[in-house]
Formats: sequence, C-alpha cells, structure tokens
Amino acid sequence: MGRPLQILLVIGLIALAAFPLVGEKFYLQFVTKVMIMAIFAISLDLLVGHTGLVSLGHALPFGVAAYALMLLTPEYQAAGFWTSLAVSVGVAGLASAIVGALVLRTSGIYFIMVTLAFGQMAYYYVHDSKHLGGSDGKYIYVRPALELFGWQPFDLEKPAHFYYLALALLVLVYAGMRVLLAAPFGRAIAGIKENEHRMRMLGFATFRYKLACFVLAGMLAGLTGWLTAAHDGLVNPEMLSWHQSGQLLMMVILGGMGTPAGPILGAAALKALELVFQGWTKHWQLVLGLFIVLSVLFVPRGLAQLFEWRRRRG
Amino acid sequence: MDPVIFLIQVLNGVQYGLLLFLVASGLTLIFGILGIINLAHGSFYMVGAYLAFSLTERMGNFWLALAAGVLLAVALGMALEWLVMRFLYPRDHLYQVLLTYGLILVFEEARSLIWGDDVHGVQVPAALDFSIPLTDTLSYQVWRLVMSAVCLAIAAAMYWLIQRTRLGMMIRAGAVNREMVQSLGIDIGLLYRVVFALGVALAALAGMLAAPVSSVFPGMGNQVLIISFVVVVIGGIGSVKGALVAALLIGLADTFGKVLLPQLAGMVVYLLMAAVLLWRPQGIFGRT
Repeated sequence: MGRPLQILLVIGLIALAAFPLVGEKFYLQFVTKVMIMAIFAISLDLLVGHTGLVSLGHALPFGVAAYALMLLTPEYQAAGFWTSLAVSVGVAGLASAIVGALVLRTSGIYFIMVTLAFGQMAYYYVHDSKHLGGSDGKYIYVRPALELFGWQPFDLEKPAHFYYLALALLVLVYAGMRVLLAAPFGRAIAGIKENEHRMRMLGFATFRYKLACFVLAGMLAGLTGWLTAAHDGLVNPEMLSWHQSGQLLMMVILGGMGTPAGPILGAAALKALELVFQGWTKHWQLVLGLFIVLSVLFVPRGLAQLFEWRRRRG
Repeated sequence: MDPVIFLIQVLNGVQYGLLLFLVASGLTLIFGILGIINLAHGSFYMVGAYLAFSLTERMGNFWLALAAGVLLAVALGMALEWLVMRFLYPRDHLYQVLLTYGLILVFEEARSLIWGDDVHGVQVPAALDFSIPLTDTLSYQVWRLVMSAVCLAIAAAMYWLIQRTRLGMMIRAGAVNREMVQSLGIDIGLLYRVVFALGVALAALAGMLAAPVSSVFPGMGNQVLIISFVVVVIGGIGSVKGALVAALLIGLADTFGKVLLPQLAGMVVYLLMAAVLLWRPQGIFGRT
C-alpha cells in the first residue's frame, strides 16, 4: 500500500468518525448508504479483483438477505438484531453456495453470462411472487433492535447510531479482508487469478478455493443487503436487478479493482457523482452512462491509478 | 391438453424462439468473431421497436419502415463500432461488460428523451391483419406466422452468407485467427465493423418484427437481452447453429412453462439453463 493512500485512509477514518457531530440528517444517511455500498463493493472485489471471477449477479445474495430480513420482521415490531443478521447472512451464503457450485463449472465469458442469468432468475422469482410483495416490494416498519441481556447499547432508529454501526462494520470488513488476503488463503486465490492451471498442478483444490470465495463474498453481500433493508425500511425486486450488479461492478472498477482502498473510493465516487448528476437533470443516467463509457476508455485502471501515477512521478 | 391448444402453444413457442434467435445470433456472432461481450445488444432490439413505431407513422407502410429501419440500424452499428467498440477488442471482458453497461444507460435515456416513457402500439400491416379460425372459439393471428416465416428466411440467408459467400469465408477465418487474416491482406477492421453492424441490424429487425405483437415500451430491451444470454449459453458461445437450437428450445420451454407451471413461469428457462450447465458447461454446440 502506498504511503499517501495510508495517510488518506487515516484522515478519511477520522473524518468519518467525526462527521455525525456536524453533518445534517440527509448527508448522514447519504454517507451511511455510501459506507454500506463500500462493504458491498469490497465483497465483489474479492471475486473480481482478487480471484478473477467477474460476477454480474452479485445482487442475488444482497437481495436474498434483504428479503430474509423482511420475512423475519413481524409487522410493526422489531426483529432480533443477532438472529435476523445471522439468518440473513446465512441464507445469502447458502444461496451463493448453490449458485456457486453451478456457475463455477464455467469460466470467462460464460461465467459473466451465467451469474447474470441466475441473478435474473432470482429477480423474476421475487417479482412474480405475491407473498413477497411482487413488483412493489414490502415495507419494514421497524428496524432490528439490538439487545444484550435486556441492555440496549444503541438504537438503530437513530440515524447517528445506524451510521456508527455501518462505519464499524466497514472498518471490520476492511481489516478482515486485509488479514485474509495476506494469509495463505489470500496468496492461493491470488495464484488462482494469475494461473489457475498452475495452482492445480501444485496440488491446490482450486474449485474449493473459488467456491469458498464465492460463498464468503455472498455472505458479505448478504450483510450489506441486511443493512440496506434495515436502513431504507423497504425491500423491492430492484435490489436483485442486474442494474444493482452493474453499478456495483462500476464502483469496483472505477475505484481500481484488486487495490485495498479501491472499492471504498469507487463506492464513494459513484454515489457522489449520482448525487451531483441527479441535481443537474432528470436524465442523469445519460450523464452517468457517458461517464462510464469515457472512464473505461480513458482511465482503464480506476481512481487508484491516479495515486500510482503520482508515486511514479514523485 | 386439447390438440388445438397444443398446436397454438407449439406455434407460439416456435415463433418466440425464432425471434430470440435473431437477437441471440447477433450476440453470438459478435462474441464469436469480435470477442466482445455486448450487454447493449438488448438496446438495439429496443431501438428497432421504437424505429418501427416512428417510421410506420411517418411512412404509412410497415414494410418500407422495416427496410428503412434496418438501414438505420446498420448505420448505427457502423458508427458505434467506429466510435467505441473497436477500442474494446484488446481489452479484458470486464471492461467490455462495463462499457456496454454504460451504453445501456445512454440508450435508455436517449430513448426517454426522443420518444418519452409512454407505451406505444404498432399496427399490423392491414393486408395481414386477420386470423385463421381453428375452432369455433380459437383462432391464430396470421402476423405471428409471417414473423416466423421472415425469421426462418433470415436464418437461411445467414447460413448462406456465412457458409457460401466470400464474406462469410472471411468472417469464419477472422473468428479462427485474426492475425493470419490480416496478413493475407484482408481489412480486418472493416470486416469487424460489418459483423458488428450485422449483429445490430439483426437485433433491431427482431425488435421491429415484434413491435406489432408486444407493443413498444421502455426497458423492453433488457428482458430480451437476458433471455438471449441464456440462449447463447445453452447453445454454445459463437455457434449460430447452437443459437438456433437453443432459441427454439427456450421458446418452447417458456411457452409451455407458462401453461403447465404458471407459478414458476419466470424461472423455467433459467432452470433449463442450470440443467444444461450441469450436463455440458460449454453449451450444447460449444467447443471446449
């Protein structure tokens, strides 16, 4: 990791920790969403940037976990924090294991298409299911409540408390990912990305490594799905749509895939751009689309590339 | 199942399958020869349908509109290849996915700016706007049969183009070895542009043919895109023959799925894809 990036991360963390003291409610919620998306982007980067698996169906575990929270929440009552979190993440992991066992039989361009197709399968299932709310989705009126032996350390209904929960999880996931990638497991998947054939010759069960990555990424996506559903107070099929997966991929690549801070930078940059473009015009997606096209053509390795460029010069 | 209803379902399934073939064959050609995964392919289908709507109103004749629309689609394909696509050939699939995803957003919003967000209908050409009675209560729309016939004619024309003409020979050679074709003095850049434009034209044509039946609405391209992906995956990427077989399979599976398993209707084709993947991960006609 480059020196300037490290400093930037520390400054960023301090700024994020201090933000609720000054920020308005709108921006507090906005930054909360950005942090949730950043975790989501980190989870996809584990597949795309570190293992070389370009998934275009990462919305599937995200949406599955969100719907799990909706089903677990009794009307007008709070779901249990730990149970709903565990079930949501578990179900997302299970769904990823089933899908992964199938899609990992393919590679390259097939993998992209097949992950996309499975994502759409889940989308249509939810979209056509009356008991899941169909195309309108359903509301979650009360956020999950955290309770430890009758003691309630914080209340997720308060924006600032939710903000710190998201921040804590982001730091935790970021740090966990750094540890994982430096561990033998991380070295093995880096090897698989570079040359899977060679890794297999060396005696690594590459399929199992890839499946483990796929499931882990799915569980982290499930975590963010749970967070998003709890934060927004509603679930709808759009959470499973491939636009979700596409935008996420954009975040990862915009930030610079396979770099430590890339997904976080990418999530922040894309969300901020969306906010700006939305302020300009009703047809902001046109601007966003052009931005994506131009950035692929002219900034091929993402925002993290700009830091590299500085380093090489300086 | 009543034999007449069965017949109607078979005809519907085949018609849907043939339409999918038009879209999927372009997708599979563009991948097989250019090596590009093109998410914006569904947008060309949508553009075709909207062109059919506008041009039919202006020109008053569906077939004239169809011809003009195909020419416009070819021009669009050529321009897009020259502007954007040619820079993607050496790039990783990841960037192709991303850039063409950006193109979808651009096309969707451009559609919203030009045509608005309303649903439009396109008239079936008057001479063909009647139904064949099958029983006292059931009949079959002739336009659907015409659609199938047009699709079959195009499938035959594509077979002839690829297998029997000089251009087809160059296309097949370009798919196998780009450098070799280039060093034999063939303008590979132009060849690629032609193939891309051909793919765009096929998708747009499918949209134009479907417009009178399905109506013209925002987001119509995405649905077709994903199903076409399923077709290409089942048939084997790069195989036009595979696309035809898989498209018919999907068309029939989807149509009968809606009748026999209505609660799972949206999922039948994906389950079929999962089954094929378990059996042959590279698709029915795919090379390993």
